[in-house]
Amino acid sequence: MNEAITIDSTVAEIPAQSANEHADEHWDLVIQPKRHLLDINFKELWDYRDLLYMFVHRDIVTVYKQTILGPIWFFVQPIMTTIIYLFVFGTIAKISTDGIPGILFYLSGIVMWNYFAESFNRTSSTFVGNAGIFGKVYFPRLIVPLSLVASGLIKFLIQFTLFLAAFVYYLNTTDAIHPNAWLLATPYLILLMAGLGLGFGIIFSSLTTKYRDLTFLIQFGVQLAMYATPIIYPMSILGPRARAILWWNPIAHLIETMKYGFLGAGDVSVAGLAYATLFTVIVLGAGIVIFNRTEQSFMDTV
Amino acid sequence: MSVAIKLENISKQYRLGQVGTGTISHDLNRWWHRVRGKEDPYSQVGQINRRDQAAESEYVWALKDINLEVEQGEVLGIIGANGAGKSTLLKLISRITSPTTGAIKAKGRIASLLEVGTGMHPEMTARENIYLNGSILGMRRHEISRKLDEIIDFAGCQMYLDTPIKRFSSGMRVRLGFAVAAFLDPEILIVDEVLAVGDAEFQKRAIGKMQEVSQGGGRTVLFVSHNMASIRQLCPQCCWIHNGQLIDQGDTEETLANYIQSTLRLPTGANVPSTASRSGTGRLRIRRIRFENADGDTLTTVQNGTDVTIAMDCEAAADEHFTSVVASLALLDDHDNYIWLVRSSFTREYFSFTGSTTIRCHIHDLNVAQGTYRGVTFLSERDNEILDNVRNAFTLTVVSGDFFGTGDQGLPTRCKTLTRSTWTHS
Repeated sequence: MNEAITIDSTVAEIPAQSANEHADEHWDLVIQPKRHLLDINFKELWDYRDLLYMFVHRDIVTVYKQTILGPIWFFVQPIMTTIIYLFVFGTIAKISTDGIPGILFYLSGIVMWNYFAESFNRTSSTFVGNAGIFGKVYFPRLIVPLSLVASGLIKFLIQFTLFLAAFVYYLNTTDAIHPNAWLLATPYLILLMAGLGLGFGIIFSSLTTKYRDLTFLIQFGVQLAMYATPIIYPMSILGPRARAILWWNPIAHLIETMKYGFLGAGDVSVAGLAYATLFTVIVLGAGIVIFNRTEQSFMDTV
Repeated sequence: MSVAIKLENISKQYRLGQVGTGTISHDLNRWWHRVRGKEDPYSQVGQINRRDQAAESEYVWALKDINLEVEQGEVLGIIGANGAGKSTLLKLISRITSPTTGAIKAKGRIASLLEVGTGMHPEMTARENIYLNGSILGMRRHEISRKLDEIIDFAGCQMYLDTPIKRFSSGMRVRLGFAVAAFLDPEILIVDEVLAVGDAEFQKRAIGKMQEVSQGGGRTVLFVSHNMASIRQLCPQCCWIHNGQLIDQGDTEETLANYIQSTLRLPTGANVPSTASRSGTGRLRIRRIRFENADGDTLTTVQNGTDVTIAMDCEAAADEHFTSVVASLALLDDHDNYIWLVRSSFTREYFSFTGSTTIRCHIHDLNVAQGTYRGVTFLSERDNEILDNVRNAFTLTVVSGDFFGTGDQGLPTRCKTLTRSTWTHS
């Protein structure tokens, strides 16, 4: 609430109060046992945007405190993973990369997938992990998962420059890659990725406040899900049956579209993207409703 | 005055025991009732919140049917024993969790200080943490920037502004946290015993700030504390919660007197609590302490300005003979300062007896101000052997008698001893 409004209301109430005594009074806040399912206070969320900023600032600033290399460490993880994938899946298992240089192929998939996996993993412990703060002060709880997704985005963008550097290098030295107009869809793909990570994360976070069973599922579930997504293999090497099954994985469309846009190899379909969009909207919408429901009294059971 | 917060039939039910496989049947049953549009089957059960009784039901009402109105600009103290439901009430008002039944209505921004420095990150500097903590408490960034100098000044940490707060002492962290909170501008401020930490100078400043906020700014303050002195100092009005129910509400002195009376409703004197820390050889132990008036009646509270006898039932470990026992009694205030100490050897009195006995100390014209005091007892055999030394032997509640003979009580919040004086002028 901004200050001007509050000052006004207190001034205005004093003369009006005697007349107001028995009439329906105006209350700024009414706390009741259960809110309506769709009673989500987006205005309040907006009022707390500075808190979102501070949380993102905290996440970014504190990760590499007391290190000498600092944010350079953000690069190390995707580079090491790419090298290992090149060796294990490229050299040993000899899985096709659709004629694309292995470094680019793996790096693009890893960077995208990492963003989803990290958003999902980190937001899925929102309630349990922040019970200490949530138990002492009120603010819209959704700020926390939003800030995690936002700080993840910054990390993703830093890692994405690594991919772009490799991309520019190969573009100039080889003719193995063929970027095209689908490249422009990248921001949209990132948005969907963020939405999916957030949506799944807050659903799991809400489901684990009382019964913790699902937390065990999350840990290896995300790892397994990576193999159901074309990260280490292209869609094109799959048989028609496997393809039909994988079509239902919304992230597969995002990864393939991005690979096609930048590298010129991959499955792109408007239907697939439309499905991924619909899927994201549903997951995110359901997530927000469940989260909103849970945040009212999760402190009693967490 | 208009009402700033209104609580209507607020109740909060908690489940006893652990969450596990056993609880899912209740959850499923509750869900099944809800699906069919029926009432929660467990909302009718549950026992009253009395922590010293065995649990009969699986549910407990931490709060039951609380109705309360707080006027705008009022500073309301909330008192009650541990576990009475005070903090639960504050949690409901500050939206940490929602009530089981009832509604809470409020006008204006609510800020709660259930803890100071919530969410501060040890790796971040004092300056960054001021912003972080301020934002968590609901301040806007430009608001904090505007007040930054005042906050730093209040915390008194100019030198360490760019040092991570993990290098701070815990007291300094509290100061920083409170400084941020002190410059919040809410219409309604909720404070839970956060003043218990920090040094004396800081506590004084913190209380001063709260008074300033409530008196100057017309803010509504809800304040929970066990420190009777700070409740007296800050809150003209006070409410008392007992076993999850609102027992009494009104003038602070009256409410406090009722509260203190009830905590000492002990017809035959108080056993020395088994948890009291004691030392000494233990050949002779103090088991029970009673307060008696001049007629020998047992009292629950004593009046200042009257003669009071403190009787100590001493139990010998074996049926042996003690030749010259010295007994001591001391009264301490809330802050563990000695009010006075009496010792039988001061007046050259030594006790000689065999086996158990009762030692009585007759205090003439009790000269301590109204309030609650902690008692320390000490028994020794001359100066050679400490028999029994009990740190929390008893609690003595002194209510106002008529010490000065004029009805004046003195200034009990400032000074704990009363002294009669005569005055002349020339």
